This record gives sequence, C-alpha cells and structure tokens, in this order.
Amino acid sequence: MPRKTMIEAIRDAMDIMMERDENVVVFGEDVGFFGGVFRCTQGLQAKYGKTRCFDAPISEAGIVGAAIGMAAYGLKPCIEIQFADYVYPAYDQIVSEAARLRYRSNGDFTCPIVVRMPVGGGIFGGQTHSQSPEALFTHVSGLKVVVPSNPHDAKGLLISAIEDPDPVIFLEPKRLYNGPFDGHYDRPVTPWSKHDLGEVPDGHYTVPLGKAIKRREGSKLTILAYGTMVYVAEAAAEEHGIDAEIIDLRTLLPLDLEAIIESVSKTGRCVVVHEATLTSGFGAELAALVQEHCFYKLEAPVARVTGWDTPYPHAQEWDYFPGPLRLGRALVETLEG
Amino acid sequence: MSDDGSPGEFGPLSLHVPEPAVRPGGAPDFSNVELDEAGAIRRPDVDANPEDIRDLAFSIIRVLNRDGEAVGPWAGLLTDDQLIEGLRHMMTLRAFDARMQIAQRQGKTSFYMQHLGEEAVSCAFRKALAPGDMNFPTYRQAGLLIADDYPMVEMMCQIYSNERDPLKGRQLPIMYSSKEHGFFSISGNLATQYIQAVGWAMASAIKHDTKIAAGWIGDGSTAESDFHASLVFASTYKAPIVLNIVNNQWAISTFQGIARGGSGTFAARGLGFGIPALRVDGNDYLAVFAVAKWAIERARRNLGPTLIEYVTYRAGAHSTSDDPSAYRPKTESDAWPLGDPVIRLKNHLIGRNVWSDDRHKQTEAEILDTVVAAQKEAESFGTLHAGGKPSARDMFEGVYEEMPPHLRRQRQQAGV
Repeated sequence: MPRKTMIEAIRDAMDIMMERDENVVVFGEDVGFFGGVFRCTQGLQAKYGKTRCFDAPISEAGIVGAAIGMAAYGLKPCIEIQFADYVYPAYDQIVSEAARLRYRSNGDFTCPIVVRMPVGGGIFGGQTHSQSPEALFTHVSGLKVVVPSNPHDAKGLLISAIEDPDPVIFLEPKRLYNGPFDGHYDRPVTPWSKHDLGEVPDGHYTVPLGKAIKRREGSKLTILAYGTMVYVAEAAAEEHGIDAEIIDLRTLLPLDLEAIIESVSKTGRCVVVHEATLTSGFGAELAALVQEHCFYKLEAPVARVTGWDTPYPHAQEWDYFPGPLRLGRALVETLEG
Repeated sequence: MSDDGSPGEFGPLSLHVPEPAVRPGGAPDFSNVELDEAGAIRRPDVDANPEDIRDLAFSIIRVLNRDGEAVGPWAGLLTDDQLIEGLRHMMTLRAFDARMQIAQRQGKTSFYMQHLGEEAVSCAFRKALAPGDMNFPTYRQAGLLIADDYPMVEMMCQIYSNERDPLKGRQLPIMYSSKEHGFFSISGNLATQYIQAVGWAMASAIKHDTKIAAGWIGDGSTAESDFHASLVFASTYKAPIVLNIVNNQWAISTFQGIARGGSGTFAARGLGFGIPALRVDGNDYLAVFAVAKWAIERARRNLGPTLIEYVTYRAGAHSTSDDPSAYRPKTESDAWPLGDPVIRLKNHLIGRNVWSDDRHKQTEAEILDTVVAAQKEAESFGTLHAGGKPSARDMFEGVYEEMPPHLRRQRQQAGV
C-alpha cells in the first residue's frame, strides 16, 4: 500500500472530494496558487481551476463568514485557517453563526463547512504558531471537532468531515505532518514512509466521526490521548514498561464515550493527556466523564498531563510540552495510587 | 522647548469624542444633513466606471419633491398600481409593528423591534429583487417579508414562540428565517451576516447561477471588522451583491458619528475598495426602488458589488427595551428633514389622482382588520406565556442533522 505524509493524505482527501463533488470548494490564505504554507492544497488550483481553489484575503472572519454563506447557498467549502492561532477573528463566525445556523433556522439553512487548521507545538513556533484551542470548539454546541493522529486517519476523517452535513473543525497536529513524534525532540525524526500508519489506501474511504480507536492494548491503565500525544503516550508506556491501553480519541465532539468507558472499566485507572493548557481544557471534560461513568471501577484518581497554563513559550518549548518524561511520571503515580 | 518638533512643542494632547448636534432638552438640529433637491442627481449607466461616479457617495438621490411629484432621472420606474401596492406594504408593516409592539407590552412576547420611519427601505428593496435572490437581513427589514407576501400569521407565531413557531421557539422574536422568501435566518449578532451574503453571492457566481445576494447592515455596525471583511471580499471577487447600509442615525443610544468618524458619509466607505457607492433618500419609496434596481442590475450583469447608504431616521425606539428620550430630543423625529415615507408616497399618489384621504383611511382600516385577524389566529396557537408552546423536546432537535449520543443522553435526563 502506498505510504503518504499527513500533508499528502489531507491533500488526497480534498482532491478526491473535489473530483467527486463539484460543490466542494477550497480556499484560505496562500491556499490557491502556492498551495498553502504547509502545501496541503498544492496542485488543487491547477487541477480544478481558480473558482474551486483560491487565495483569500488575510481575513479569517471573512474566510469563515464567506464559507458560511457559500454553504447556505449549497456549496461545501473546505477552508483553511493558516494556523489555529489565527482563528480567533473568525471565532464569532464559527460560534454564533456556523454552529447555530441549522438550529436557529430549524433546518431552513444549514452549514456544511470544514474549517481545517494546523494545531500544536513542537516546531519552535512560539505563541503564535503552537496553540491547541480544541476546548474552545468542543464547548460549542453545533460543532464537530476532529483531531487525526496519522495519515490514514487524516484522509478518512477529512473525507467524512467534508461529507458531513454540519460544520466540522478539523485540527491538524502540525508536528505530525511529516512523521510521528513521541516528544523526544533530541532524537532523529521518523518519517511516515517508515510507519505503518503512513499507509494510505488510494481512492475514497472514510474513517467515521465519533469513533475512537485503540492504539495499544493494555490491562493496567488507560491513557486517553489524541493527535501528537498518542505517540508521546506510546513512548511513555514503553519506556516505563507499563501495561497501558492507549485510546486515540480521533473525534472529540461527538466523543466515543463507549470506548472510554469500556477501557477504563477494564483497567480501573486513567490518565488524560493533551498539549493544550490545563485549566478548562478538554482533559477536564474527559476526567469528569470518566468519574461519572467509571467511578466505582476506579482505583486511583484520574490524572491529567497537559501543557502548563502559560502562553506557549518559544525558548522553553520542551519545558512546556508534556513529553514522555512528564507523562511517564504520571503513569507511575497513577499505577501506584 | 525646542523648535524641532520635540514633545511639548505643541502642548498636551486631547482626545476627540464626537457628540451629536443636540441632546435631550435641546432643539432638534439636522443642519448637518445636507439635502440635494429631488431629481438633481444624475443616473449613470449601470456599467459606468466606478471612478467616474465617486461623487454619488456624497449626495442624496431623491425622486419625490416637496410637492409630492416624482422628478428627475431616477423617476418613472413604477406604475401607479405598483406604487399603491408599495404603499399598502408600508402601511401593513406599520400596522403589524403597532400591534406587535402592544402585544409585547401586554406580555405576549418578550421583545419586539419596530420599523417606524424606515418602512420604505425594505418594502421597496424587496420589489426590486427577483425570486431566488437572497437577503441577509438585520432585525429591521421585515418589509422584505411583508412585501413578498410572507404570511403574517407565521411571523406572529415566531414572535410569540408558540406551538406553530416555524423556528420551534429557539430564536428571539423577529429573528425570522425563510429560504423560500429569500430571507436568510437572522442571527441577531451584528455585521456577521454581511460577509455571509458576500459568500452566498460568490457561490452563485462560482456555480454560474443568475441569483444575486443582498447584505444588510446598520450605520453603527459598519464599525465591526466583518463589515470591512465584506467589502474586501466583495470587491476582490466582484461578487454579485448589493451591500445595503441603513443609516437611521442612531445605534441604540449612539449617534451615527461614533461609527462614521472623519468620513463624510457611510457610502464613502466603499470608495477605498473601488466599490460604486450611492446615497439615497431612504424615506422615498421611489428613490429606494430606483437605486436598488440600478444596483441589482449591476450585480446581475456580473459588474460586481454596489454599496448603498439609505439615509433615514429611526422614529421609534431601538427595541421594546429602549427609551430614546434618554439620549435624544423627544421631538427629533418631527424635525427629520426627509419626512415620513408613508405620508410622502400617499401624497404622491393623491397628487396623481389615483389615491385620496378617504381611500387611505379606508385602506388603513382594512389593513388593521387583516392584521388583527392574523393576530387572533396566531394567538390561538399560543403566546409566549400562555397556550400552546413548542415542546422541550424541540430544544434538543436540530443542533445537528443527526442527534449525537451525548445530546440523546441529555434529552433522556431532561425527561422529554
């Protein structure tokens, strides 16, 4: 099976959907002629013409607002925000408009848009190219929130997102674009061409929204992770010799609660990990759900390992990033707890 | 102190905060509203070079003169029957507003927003559009529905959030939605839908359709960044859209000068984007129609966007939660130099011998009967606090096309 980077897989998904559905349009800053700063849309304008894939003014509210109008007309815009850190001018459009259009018009108008954006750190991007704002979107009724962790899922999830009748926030961990990353920043990078999850089938396939997947079988402890943290979790479990089960959530909203309950009920211990800041982060939601549904199976408090509650720093990137050492300590404590 | 422009040379700085010409207790003053004579402003070809018509952003296109005659190059587009229909629409909207305003005071709904003084803008604009075109309205364009014969009972059921509310009780009163009538779901947030209108228009062009869009915004909301995003997108992609600014002088308590700053007019905002911009007498049904038709034709001919500033006056309160006497003279609306749109069209039709005071009164009574009958019917399906209401189950529906498991669990918890 061909191996692809996550960038190629994401591009492949858009290519396939643009081919199959002439209502799919792609636009954003530097997205048209140049193909996006991460090259996710490279070649799409040449192939489909500049009214299907085009450059947008540097106006995130404009990009999302225009996409909402296009979706209301009947198109299926798959738009790019250059970095998640730049999405805030569009937040009103996403929260007050895209997420509520179906509800407030009782289905008279709908908003099938996909808003793609790179998230997460690990590239020395400082506070303007490193944020993980997923909790700002999972807090909003009417949105779906997806975070792929590998090329195979990225393609299948993006196709599902484009085919979905409701607005989907598609968060792409940029540190995973070219290969898995376990948090050992001082070691050589493994490219996707050397990883099984870099195997991306040709043609159309979907990975359903709302379904988690078990990345590692284990019996003593459950790690709930998504995006880059899936590989950090694998490394931490391996290095500490812990019989941990790792659930890659893939979709945060709607969440695969059943997969979580099943795993934590079996292991009796749970560690939640994400790169975003701790307070009111998505980990708080996960911890609350685990205690609500698995309280009598729990043998230790649910632990959270996350970025610190500071802006994402530049020089101190690896002090901020919740890497395998920090996670490993939490795994050991939770096992002993 | 030195003479090389060093700090201190020019004395301390002071902040400029614009003030309206007059406050409560003072005599109304509209000397700042410079009016052009009816018929004085030229009517360029729709494919005129935008550079050659920049002056139209600073004048006011008017058709009806002081004597109620239709004069000048923008006149003569509507038949007497069409004008009588237009008058009826405005009168209907006014009667509808009056009844709903009272209904709110009677506690039958939580909130209402009336159009008093601004009826011509939305009523006339609707008649210049074609079926399939899409408005992205604000909360003061219900004339778009009335003039398109949208059933008043449905509007009232929405206002009452009753069991027949087409929006299932989910939206604030008057935030209507009707795709069929080219009326996009009103959000209630300001300016957000202006750019959506541009996106809708871009989609129509991408699909080689023939439909055009109309965006709506108030004077105050032009200060939002979404307004500027809209102008950039509309201008860049030459979107088939009419960008409407309804300048009714007041944004709740804030006079229009706070949003306008040093720019002479709101229409002039379009010039920096290369968008043709026209100012029109918003209380002149004939002028509104003529300018709207001009701009709509430009859009339809793929010539791109047009910005229109309707100069009008919000004679009533912003909403039922507002009391304008706290921030402007009580008699200010009487002094408004552009008069009342209903009376002006009425006088025009009387002057043409196709209308009379008697017929006007009779029509007023007929319209009131129709509105009251609609109200009775709507109230038979409930009002906000009495009678039939949408079910609590409806609250959980329609967040997504398919209800996700977490919402299903919450609905079960709620016992509905």
